[in-house]
Amino acid sequence: MKTTDTPPATTAEEPRDRPPVTKVNAPLEKESPGGGVLNVFSHGVLVIWALLVVLPLLWAVMSSFKDDNSIFSSPWSLPDKLHFENWSRAWTQAHMSDYFLNTILVVGGSLIGTLVLGSMAAYVLARFDFPGNRFIYFLFVGGMSFPIILALVPLFFVMNNMGLLNTTHGLILVYIAYSLPFTVFFLSSFFRTLPTSVAEAAIIDGASHTRTFFQIMLPMAKPGLISVGIFNFLGQWNQYMLPTVLNTDPEKKVLSQGLVQLAVSQGYKGDYSGLFAGLVMAMLPVLAAYIIFQRQVVAGLTAGALK
Amino acid sequence: MQHGKYRFIVGFLIAPLALYAIFVIWPFIQSIYYSFTDWTGLSSDFKMVGFDNYKKMFEDDIFWKSLQHSVLFVLLLPLVTLALALFLAFMINVGGRQRKGATIAGVRGSGFYKIAYFFPQVLSIAIVALLFQFAYNPESGAINAALSAVGLDNVQPLWLGDPDLALWCVMAVLIWSTVGFFVVLFSAGMASIPKDYYEAALLDGADRFTTFFRITLPLLWDTVQAGWIYMGILALGAEAFAVVQIMTVGPGGGGPDYSTTVLPLYVYQTAFRDAQAGYATTIGVALLVVTLSFAAVVTKLGRRERLEF
Repeated sequence: MKTTDTPPATTAEEPRDRPPVTKVNAPLEKESPGGGVLNVFSHGVLVIWALLVVLPLLWAVMSSFKDDNSIFSSPWSLPDKLHFENWSRAWTQAHMSDYFLNTILVVGGSLIGTLVLGSMAAYVLARFDFPGNRFIYFLFVGGMSFPIILALVPLFFVMNNMGLLNTTHGLILVYIAYSLPFTVFFLSSFFRTLPTSVAEAAIIDGASHTRTFFQIMLPMAKPGLISVGIFNFLGQWNQYMLPTVLNTDPEKKVLSQGLVQLAVSQGYKGDYSGLFAGLVMAMLPVLAAYIIFQRQVVAGLTAGALK
Repeated sequence: MQHGKYRFIVGFLIAPLALYAIFVIWPFIQSIYYSFTDWTGLSSDFKMVGFDNYKKMFEDDIFWKSLQHSVLFVLLLPLVTLALALFLAFMINVGGRQRKGATIAGVRGSGFYKIAYFFPQVLSIAIVALLFQFAYNPESGAINAALSAVGLDNVQPLWLGDPDLALWCVMAVLIWSTVGFFVVLFSAGMASIPKDYYEAALLDGADRFTTFFRITLPLLWDTVQAGWIYMGILALGAEAFAVVQIMTVGPGGGGPDYSTTVLPLYVYQTAFRDAQAGYATTIGVALLVVTLSFAAVVTKLGRRERLEF
């Protein structure tokens, strides 16, 4: 569970990158034959996959600056000039600003809720013995492998009866509930690794269990909270199926739904440049955040599977 | 203190457990019950119909098509994705040329590859699906334009419009968006395998491919198995739903001619388009059976002695 501080690969790489640049083009004969051939081959394969990943994204960025005509006639040409009006059209007329705002509200609320409720449940399940502990734990963890769509059919009508359908707070509650399985699974194994002595000392000094949790245990669990927070942030920011079923009011739509909506409406209008601008607008903040917090994001997303 | 302990436990568990029970557990239980009713979803009166929905399901051609596609997804997607990811991760970590002092080395720029491959993982599956819907466009899409650019003017498939190709196009998008995650995951696993193992094997005359199957794969097995289950659930769940619903043609996706429909999409359409909520939960139960049997089979087949290193 060394999530944030020790990425194993990078430390080992740095010295390798140091030899002078001329060595890159050194003749292959100097290498052992197997290594050399494999090296050329592996570079080839790796470059091909890198292009396959990056080119579609670049194509979208390029298209977002072109006019509709050149998007259709020559998909791979560079824009004749930077058509920033596509972006402003997408932002205002196509409601991208509303979609962003809705998403920020929903994800902000549900992320805080998920972390608070998830860490409370995980802490109790990890550190206290009581009848039913294992049962409740597996009830939570089992939720990770069930097909959500099965529950969504009755949930739609449950939410409708409770007046929660198409509301921001309703969507927040659903996001929290469906984020709990992984959060509880991840954080309870994290709490189990923390030393017991500190909490015991606090209790002996007269702190209540609640105070011990908020003032001692939560700060100690910060690395775990960051990992699971990033995991949930991306999952909730990118969520598509839950809002598609439970949040159909056009006014309340979140980003991923809004884009699909945009694809349909701008498709009718033939405004593909505006649509690409919308897509790229939704793509860039997440990609930029990923590049900046690359190490934490990777640790957060892979931590669960590496256990 | 004992007294305080139980009050604390109940106080801390009550809110998360209540939320989870209302929004997750209860709907699951209800949906099993509804699968035996003729509930439309529009009104609150319905009656028990026994196994009628299940009989109807077994005679429903679209259900069989969806099931067939979903089974294909769950068998093929993890296999292809994980194999590709293992291959790329091995190339990144072990494929480098031998330099002095290190028998086994990562390729130059391995950090860059890992960053770039991970891009799709942070994007919403909805964005990815939309992007590829345009890329696949036969007239103005990036793919056919690239094909003509390299002289393949007469190879201009309809992609998503071709019933024989559409399903493969959808699967390719799911592979595209998930491989990078597993490359990074396996890279982290490979980096923790001691270098001496490789050096010893190479001294004994093993080539790189032998070292992959005899050292890397066995030591990485737990991670591969976890990834297998994760990918299978994804292939049966929300991601498959989103790509098919957004990318494919037809009323609500799944076309052309039901050639791409999958179980989660068919559940959604039956419940919210055709107003047959009871029957939709029946199909959902079938999806649940497929998911749980997949997880059980992988767990059983994948069980090996755990290697400590």
